[in-house]
Amino acid sequence: MTTTTDYERNMILSSQEYNVVGTRPIRHDGADKVTGRALYGADFDTAGLLHGKVLRSPHAHANIVSIDTSAAEALPGVMAVVTFADFPQVSDGTVDFGEEITTVHDLQSNILARHKVLYKGHAVAAVAATNAHIAEEAVKLIDVEYETLPSVMTVQDAMVDGAPILHESMRTNELGATVDDKPSNVAQHFQHVKGDIDAGFGEADVIVEREFNTVTVHQGYIEPHAASAFWNTDGRLHIWCSTQGAFPARDATAEVLRLPVSQVRVTPMEIGGGFGGKIPVYLEPVAAMLSKKSGRAVKLVMSRADVFEASGPTCGSNMKVKIGAKHDGTITAMQSYLAFEAGAYAGSPVGAGAQCVFAAYDVENAVIDGYDVVVNKPKTAAYRAPGAPNAAFACEQAVDELAIKLGMDPIDLRLKNASVEGTRRPDGTVFPRIGCVEVLEAMKNHPHYSAPLGENQGRGVAIGYWFNVGFESAVNIAVNADGTITLVEGSTDIGGSRASIAMQAAEVLGIPAESVRPSVVDTDSVGFTAVTGGSRTTYATGWAAYDAAMDVKQKMIERAATIWDVDVDSIEMENGVLQSASDPELNMSFSDLAAQMGGTGGPIVGTASRNAGGMGVGGGSFAGNIVDVEVDPATGKTEVARFTVVQDAGKAIHPSYVEGQMQGGSVQGIGWALNEEYYMTDDGTMANSTLLDYRMPTSLDLPMIDTVIVEVPSDHPFGVRGVGEANIVPPTPAIANAIHSATNIRMERLPMSPVAIMEETWKQS
Amino acid sequence: MHWIDFTSPHSVREAVELLNDANGSARVLAGGTDLLVQLRGGRFDDVNLVVDGKNIPELNEITYDPEGGLTLGAAVPCYRIYGNAAISRAYPGLIDSASLIGGTQIQGRASFGGNLCNSTPSGDSIPAMIAHSAVANIEGPDGHRHVAVEDFCTGPGSNVLGRGEMLVSISFPAPTSGFGANYMRFIPRNEMDIAVAGAGTSVVLDGDTIKSARVALAAVAPTPLYVSAIGDAIAGKPANDDTLAEAGQMAKDAATPITDMRGTIEYRKHLCDVLTRRSLQIAIDRAKENA
Ligand SMILES: Cc1cc2nc3c(=O)[nH]c(=O)nc-3n(C[C@H](O)[C@H](O)[C@H](O)COP(=O)(O)OP(=O)(O)OC[C@H]3O[C@@H](n4cnc5c(N)ncnc54)[C@H](O)[C@@H]3O)c2cc1C
Repeated sequence: MTTTTDYERNMILSSQEYNVVGTRPIRHDGADKVTGRALYGADFDTAGLLHGKVLRSPHAHANIVSIDTSAAEALPGVMAVVTFADFPQVSDGTVDFGEEITTVHDLQSNILARHKVLYKGHAVAAVAATNAHIAEEAVKLIDVEYETLPSVMTVQDAMVDGAPILHESMRTNELGATVDDKPSNVAQHFQHVKGDIDAGFGEADVIVEREFNTVTVHQGYIEPHAASAFWNTDGRLHIWCSTQGAFPARDATAEVLRLPVSQVRVTPMEIGGGFGGKIPVYLEPVAAMLSKKSGRAVKLVMSRADVFEASGPTCGSNMKVKIGAKHDGTITAMQSYLAFEAGAYAGSPVGAGAQCVFAAYDVENAVIDGYDVVVNKPKTAAYRAPGAPNAAFACEQAVDELAIKLGMDPIDLRLKNASVEGTRRPDGTVFPRIGCVEVLEAMKNHPHYSAPLGENQGRGVAIGYWFNVGFESAVNIAVNADGTITLVEGSTDIGGSRASIAMQAAEVLGIPAESVRPSVVDTDSVGFTAVTGGSRTTYATGWAAYDAAMDVKQKMIERAATIWDVDVDSIEMENGVLQSASDPELNMSFSDLAAQMGGTGGPIVGTASRNAGGMGVGGGSFAGNIVDVEVDPATGKTEVARFTVVQDAGKAIHPSYVEGQMQGGSVQGIGWALNEEYYMTDDGTMANSTLLDYRMPTSLDLPMIDTVIVEVPSDHPFGVRGVGEANIVPPTPAIANAIHSATNIRMERLPMSPVAIMEETWKQS
Repeated sequence: MHWIDFTSPHSVREAVELLNDANGSARVLAGGTDLLVQLRGGRFDDVNLVVDGKNIPELNEITYDPEGGLTLGAAVPCYRIYGNAAISRAYPGLIDSASLIGGTQIQGRASFGGNLCNSTPSGDSIPAMIAHSAVANIEGPDGHRHVAVEDFCTGPGSNVLGRGEMLVSISFPAPTSGFGANYMRFIPRNEMDIAVAGAGTSVVLDGDTIKSARVALAAVAPTPLYVSAIGDAIAGKPANDDTLAEAGQMAKDAATPITDMRGTIEYRKHLCDVLTRRSLQIAIDRAKENA
């Protein structure tokens, strides 16, 4: 369906034009996916495959007194039963998943509870049987005796003195040191300080101060977690799973099982969504142990309820923000208090939230306090810009309120204080070239910003930031005799990255994108490649593909020099044509040379690997929203009437997939803003662990989402910035600001569901 | 392992015998959009027989004539209801319900009979059926009986069906001139949700005066709630905002909802007011077109 409008629905404010980069070829994996031939996690099958089932805790917090598996083991058809007792003692080290780091101890006891269950759904034991029904029957025969304990569900409750303690051994790391030798649910308190906060507020003419709360939400990927394992008699373990990173899954599984990484091979299946939630491992080591005990391959698949209750949602949070400004709009001080739920084990995204909360503002004086707090809910995992949407919900509403108090246009206020190249964030990072101003300007110039509003409608804006992560990637390229290339990579393809990586190699070699055959391979078949996460894949693996293609290019030039018997330096390769500078007659296309490879020295291959740096390489990406909502005053129901997302992509390699990321992040933000929540009952049960009641938006709940790609190049050869995440940051505050504009109600909590809006309305009257 | 037998009888008598013999451990299958989900979710450990209704002619027929009214077989799916032009004109409240239950795929299977026998307070067809003065036709070991739809449900998930009894069809009187009806629910999303509250209403108008009215509410009591007092109170009154406000207030007062993940007591009562007023207004507008 196309809608005609008087403006461009998908604008690109382009930096530079290329032949392949910036075009929209059909994705290489498209045919398999649209015809249903692509194989996802649960599609794995092999002769003699056993089906597993995990027994999960019915309690939010309890000591495990005993586990009796004898009745389950005796059931005909049951081939293996495992509990934590089957797992080795692990090292005191950590596992680095790329976007999150966790201790091996925590990882292992999250996979199968050791002595204590810390949330409802926590895995306690697992069974492998000849079919799924027997496995289901068998887990019911496992007799677990629990001693239930009081539970805590929010940071506020978890932080008070006398709160039930999750981990007796946990001591608060207070600004870098343990000052109190007392068990606590606060894993860490850190602080970022810039300038003199008191002086800053002293200079202010207007001060805004508010407190905000958000609740647990889930990424909501459609494909549930699935992992199969076969532990061979030679000691080698092979895993097939749905993961965002085959290598991190391999390393984590190896740590939990105390194996050298070379003993584990992970084959990544196609992945039906992850958004950060498929970075950790849950099922892989359990399937492996079941396979070891049974001698057969074992498959484990989560149900939807398992996914909600026992994978890694993102955190609920309690936040305070205080901002001061002069009458002319100069922000003089910004302060925030961020307390984020980690779930059952330390490691909430509060660190990233603190780095992002004021990232869009060049402010002299700032203080940010962050608290990482454990509660009796599943351990949080990364979710698209983890931590940043929570922080933005607080900061961007305070900025909106400030603009109203100052009588300033909200975009002008942000432009006046916008971060630029050289701005030092409160956490100490100094920005390289970034596109904060360009994004704000594109918002201001968009026809949406000045369009008239209808009855009961309101408009809100917000801006958000997320890093670009670097890390390791490896790519191998081989030239085929027919003038095409195969490209082998280790980045699992969630959002069209096969295409965007192939296109970068094609651009270098001067061949069409269709002449590249990209494959995502297992961990035995390519060099270490970090997760598809942190908006890094098109940037870092794309850069490795660029380098590998440069390697091929150089080798083709050398080969041509041999064939023509001329100096290497006299040959240029441009747009896929090799040309001798000395003799115009001496030229040859990519395909011509490819056809002669065999007899002139053998196959031409190129390879490259790179560590593209840590968190924050390239400057990261800013995204902004203009949102119109219509609120039914009688029911409190909010319809999103119009939505525009603007994002700095550095350079959009495949604009359709950039727009897809922008629209996808926006939709998840809309769901988070309006209806999604873990509705927890008093005993710590998630009451709405189905897609019916979790209420992610459907297509009927959404307008067409207009996009503007801004291109402010980064240090990447084509200027790429990762675009996977920043787009989920501004929607919750932009929608809150729009609701305020429509109703005059400032929503200090998520979700802004109809009932929540009516409750606030009643409070006002 | 828990085994469940499946059988597909060809007559009501045969089905009633099977149900009677099973003595509570059998369930009738219409579209299965509730039953299969519940069986798979392990809700009925006691069920070991599924009796398919789709090969029983009476359960799959629609009969309509403008004088005698409408009879819907208990297993007739939603799409056949809204796909029927004559029913669409005469029974607008049923059409509202049939076209909002689930989505297109669900409507291809889900029946009003199944919705009624599932007997949840939030069943979206039930208030509309009550507004249209529907009667449930039941067959059992002792012959047949007829129960007004508002008296069919007895609690969340329970109803008047006794041992060996099944629902065969649902009958609706032919609407008179000046009749209009509507069903409306409130959900936070725009599709695929369980009603937070719902209102099914009908009116018979005489010029601008309400001759009679029926109002039934969803999801705000242990059963779908027929509030007969509203009809009594507004009969004879003008079809205007004051009358609708009175009806809304009465609906709010009659509701006895609970607080759960879908809404609070206060919010649901408030919605009864809003939905009753809005639904009655649509019923009135339709009645005027029908005058
Ligand atoms: C995705 C999805 C969305 C849904 N959305 C809605 C919605 O918006 N609104 C809504 O109200 N419901 C909704 N439902 C629930 C369901 O679709 C409806 O209740 C539907 O009307 C049930 O009809 P059915 O024919 O599928 O019943 P079935 O599942 O076949 O039967 C339901 C119950 O009635 C019994 N039964 C059926 N026929 C008879 C009979 N003749 N005699 C005695 N007992 C009988 C069955 O044994 C069972 O207990 C939804 C379900 C799904 C899966």
